[in-house]
Amino acid sequence: MATFFGEVVAAPSRAGGDDDEEAAAEREETPEDREIRRELEEKREVHILWSSKLSASTGSFTDEQFPCSKFILAIGHNAVAFLSSFVLNSGCWEAIGSVKLWNEWCRTSNTTSVLPTDAFCLFYKLISDPTVLLCQCNCYVAEDQQFQWLEKVFGCMREEDLQVTILSTCPVTDYKTPESTLTLPSPFLKALKTKEFKESVCCPLLEQPNIVQGLPAAVMSYCQVWQIPAVLYQCYTDVIKLDTVTIEAFKPVLSSKNLKSLVKDMSKSTEILKKLVTTNEIHNNIYT
Amino acid sequence: MFVPCGSSAPPVFEGFTLLLPAVSVGNVGQLAVDLVIFTLDMPKVGYFYTDCLVPMVGNNPYATAEENSTELSINAEVYSLPSKKLVVLQIRSPFVKNKYRSFCQTVLSWVKSSRCAKVILLSSSHAYQRDDQQLHGTPLRYLLSPAIQKTAGDLMQRLNWKEMEKVAAYPGVNDAEMVLHIPGGGITTLLFSESCSNEIQMAVLLKFCSEGDNIPDALALVNYLNEWLQLIKSEQNSDAPATPSQWKIPHSWRLLFGSGLPAALF
Repeated sequence: MATFFGEVVAAPSRAGGDDDEEAAAEREETPEDREIRRELEEKREVHILWSSKLSASTGSFTDEQFPCSKFILAIGHNAVAFLSSFVLNSGCWEAIGSVKLWNEWCRTSNTTSVLPTDAFCLFYKLISDPTVLLCQCNCYVAEDQQFQWLEKVFGCMREEDLQVTILSTCPVTDYKTPESTLTLPSPFLKALKTKEFKESVCCPLLEQPNIVQGLPAAVMSYCQVWQIPAVLYQCYTDVIKLDTVTIEAFKPVLSSKNLKSLVKDMSKSTEILKKLVTTNEIHNNIYT
Repeated sequence: MFVPCGSSAPPVFEGFTLLLPAVSVGNVGQLAVDLVIFTLDMPKVGYFYTDCLVPMVGNNPYATAEENSTELSINAEVYSLPSKKLVVLQIRSPFVKNKYRSFCQTVLSWVKSSRCAKVILLSSSHAYQRDDQQLHGTPLRYLLSPAIQKTAGDLMQRLNWKEMEKVAAYPGVNDAEMVLHIPGGGITTLLFSESCSNEIQMAVLLKFCSEGDNIPDALALVNYLNEWLQLIKSEQNSDAPATPSQWKIPHSWRLLFGSGLPAALF
């Protein structure tokens, strides 16, 4: 197509990328191309490393499954900070595993003592009830890795009346409404649930024509297809970085059936939250 | 893989026509499939669970009332209407890189195992890549695999449809070798050539278009399909295409170009 200045540019298509070139490339792959593609796929593989505390055997987990009745997943730094401040602060949790992955946007760190600015994906189990699993996912899981992440994480679970809760954030500009998003009182919470989820939700449901993408969508799709009760709480916010107002927007979720019993002591939560957010700010300030 | 929803007996598609879109320029195929599903009120019978498509979820795009608006939908779902022997696979997101071939193989093996009678792929192609001849006349084209030529070839003649033209493989260098080239068609060429090699009865219906407001293109394509399958009867006489108002527009088509504008802009 021609722009205003007369130059000819390739028109971007909503239907995807350079599909013709890609399809042609797939047809004409040489053995060397195949080898390069295979090596790249290997580099992008998602690995789950379970600690030896999870089972009697040492080292990483192999084919055994562990029973799981509740899976709580936080995706993105605000959702992760929320669970850190309001749920993980009770000291009743034990780190049991991590995800090792690499993509163009991040490489996950292996340690369990992480900063909010690090890229990590860690699993915790509730000491008093080991069937309750919590995951803090503070790394970008690329499109081609989401399915693998899903299959490997859920593949380790032996579902025992499993209920899944997902917390995630998203820019408010992605929210479609007849009014302008400028006038919307953000942050606000919207929910999506699978067919099998019969509990009440803590906020309004996400209206058509809005959709959810990324890892939250991958997990919800899995749960919908395999008939697992699951609920996603998506917080629409106009702040990109770690922000107390956005984090506190998740508070209604604490009254949900799955999280109510896990919240022990909220008095320390505000303090922990403040510390998390300030650590991040100092980290980003180049003048100190 | 196909995963039926609900606990009742898995649906049977033997002898059915499978309709699916290619994720192509203007998303015309996908819009056309939305019109078919919503107008015929086709119930959802299952999911097409695959790692080849980018994940996406949302509430029921075909909701008509409060009660059915909270059913979760994913990126690839199957709808069926046994009275018309029609099964539809709707695709709602783009392909993951390097997964074209894998998806084609999965779909075609599902077609074979469910013993569908024929497959119709709705697609589109970049209008700006048309040659001088294609700029005139109808922007709609068809393609038939060898297996379906016997049954549908005559009908195409009677309907006076235009077959998609082949282009020179090396234009200017060697004009003898002609290949099928559908720019902007997504997996169309790959799926069509795989169907030809596997002796599957496949027809491709496509429209030349550009990105923009593609609702009129979708209506044109679905009317083109209707000339063949007669899914809905047109109001006037049987020769005229169904009027746009006879195809029901789903509520998920609202706000296609984003949210409302801030009043302060003006």
